[in-house]
Amino acid sequence: MKLKRRDFLKLSAGSGLLMAAAGPTAALARSDKKALPPDAVGILYDSTLCIGCQACMVACKTANKMPTETDDPSKRWDNPPDLSSNTLNIIKRYTNGTGATKDQEQDGYAFVKRQCMHCLDPSCVSSCPVSALTKDPKTGIVAYNKDACIGCRYCQIACPFNIPKFQWESTTPEIVKCQLCQHLMKEGKYAACCSSCPTGASLFGPMEDLIKEAKRRLHLEPGTYADFPLNQIGGGTPRTTSRMVGHYVQQLYGENEVGGTQNLLLAGVPFTKLGLPELPDEAFVRLADGIQYAIYKGMAYPLVLLGALIYMIRKGETSDNKE
Amino acid sequence: MENKQPLGGRLLTGPFVFFLTLLLIGAYFAVQRFTYGLGSVSNMNDGYPWGIWIALDVVVGTALACGGYTMALLTYAFNRGEYHPLVRPALLTSLFGYSLAGVSVIIDIGRYWQAYNIILPWHSNLHSVMFEVAVCIGAYCLVLWIEFAPTVLEKFKSDQLLKKLNRVLLIFIALGILLPTMHQSSLGTMMLMAGYKLSPLWRTAFLPLLFLLTALIIGFAVVIYESLFSSAAFGLPKETPLLSKLSTVAFWCLLLFMVIRLEDVNLRGYLPLAFDGSFVSNMFLLENAFLLGGLLLLMYPGNRKCPKLLFLAASCLLIGGGLYRFNTYITGFDPGNGWHYFPSVGELCITFAIVAVEILGYMWCVKRLPVLSAHQKA
Repeated sequence: MKLKRRDFLKLSAGSGLLMAAAGPTAALARSDKKALPPDAVGILYDSTLCIGCQACMVACKTANKMPTETDDPSKRWDNPPDLSSNTLNIIKRYTNGTGATKDQEQDGYAFVKRQCMHCLDPSCVSSCPVSALTKDPKTGIVAYNKDACIGCRYCQIACPFNIPKFQWESTTPEIVKCQLCQHLMKEGKYAACCSSCPTGASLFGPMEDLIKEAKRRLHLEPGTYADFPLNQIGGGTPRTTSRMVGHYVQQLYGENEVGGTQNLLLAGVPFTKLGLPELPDEAFVRLADGIQYAIYKGMAYPLVLLGALIYMIRKGETSDNKE
Repeated sequence: MENKQPLGGRLLTGPFVFFLTLLLIGAYFAVQRFTYGLGSVSNMNDGYPWGIWIALDVVVGTALACGGYTMALLTYAFNRGEYHPLVRPALLTSLFGYSLAGVSVIIDIGRYWQAYNIILPWHSNLHSVMFEVAVCIGAYCLVLWIEFAPTVLEKFKSDQLLKKLNRVLLIFIALGILLPTMHQSSLGTMMLMAGYKLSPLWRTAFLPLLFLLTALIIGFAVVIYESLFSSAAFGLPKETPLLSKLSTVAFWCLLLFMVIRLEDVNLRGYLPLAFDGSFVSNMFLLENAFLLGGLLLLMYPGNRKCPKLLFLAASCLLIGGGLYRFNTYITGFDPGNGWHYFPSVGELCITFAIVAVEILGYMWCVKRLPVLSAHQKA
């Protein structure tokens, strides 16, 4: 078959249309483990220091102007059963048997703080078709923009921690999640849950300092007394408090899980008991991204296929006409 | 092409009124959804953010609408002109299937008035599988309308426009094959993101290939189904020789699918999980039982010549293939933390209404537009 000028025009028009539709998919790229953003901040939560006072929950609701959640008709208490579109941060309790001893798996209890993990390679950000969820290139905070969001809820499917919540009862629903009090940082303040924590269980600071501090704790002798920084670290000498060192599970949760997170946890009972899933070191999004990348790299395969299709259809048409 | 005619006849038949009623009930719940929010109508929740509107109307629905894709593939790309009589009716069902999947999505998404953000370059996220699927399905809807346009133009005898359209139709036919190949496989890639929340009986890197194959299998089955149904319902002669050829193609696709599907679960070592007696495992077995049933029925060439057995086999393929897709999105998905999901009455009614619109539209079109091959009424 000779390629006539008209055919060529058709072909290029077809390709152009496709390029316009999905061409920039060429930008899709697999990437290896993501590095920490330059000014990455985060939270180190230490379950062994937490006394379950829920001051962080109150502070969180105040800072983010969220209503209380309760079964009590007087509405005096805030007692949410779990994270929701009205609760960005929650202290939950694990109990076993008699529940007598703190931070003990058998016949004990332990607290855990749940909120957005601010992943280094966030599935919600990758999955969002309209970039409503973004990871700040400097601080690494995963934030939400309601003006971009179309409400498809793919972020909820993709998040391995089930963090994004949806306002099901609203006619103009939004996705709701912890944004690490990004709005307070502009005023020189920091995450309300950490600034309100009286025991040092929730600690705010630069990621590198937090990881260093966590590693230090894992090397302390259980049962001895040591100094623990309060509220935040990273700027000058922190306020400290002297507490007994707990029997840590030798794992810093969030250091490697799904490629690493900016919310780190230490605990005295296994993390799966606290409702934190056992996760691989690579984000699930990598596999999906890899497949998409292999197929759509430079849109080469789709364009070749389109060309071949046009050729075959054309050939079929001319042979039909001859008959 | 010239021998296609409208069937004519009365529109307001019993079935027509029945489906119209379903449509009105669904419309009531749709109004409620837009006035009081998604939570007032649906049982979807933060653990199961996607319900039957996505799993049935979009994921299974667009597969059922793949008749146009498979017929275009056979007729135009593989130049099997003999399938030509099946193209137009298949295209029509595709047109309705895809357009209504689009309607479902608008009902489902929370911030529908911002849906156009997807195509605004400063919002588009090219890393998102959802982006690829949304853009592809949107583009394919347009392509389907253009592909079907000659039927409408013939009706209104606008020959000039028809001539112009026929000149560029080639590109749209090619796109009509390329676009479904892209987004039907991506519908599988989509659930890879769910990670551990999706049962290992369904989660595999083969998801895109398996979804593409089910699109083909369901596409072939739906054409067989629809042809047999039209012959029975509208008293047209049967197209059995053509259908038996078509079912041979369907058989080989299905065989390929079953080998990959079962061997993949087996090699990853999760086959024992299928027999642990849980609801999820039983759904896995049920899904594969239907597909294996269809495979066995189609294995014997003699069976492919018998309309009754063809009907049975096509039913198996439709149910089994549909279950595979439904299970990947709902049954096999478990976010943990004690979340449950079962569709509410309102949700079901909206889905029924969507199906009703498809049937009503099909009925109207074959009676008023030149879609089906003209024959003497039997």
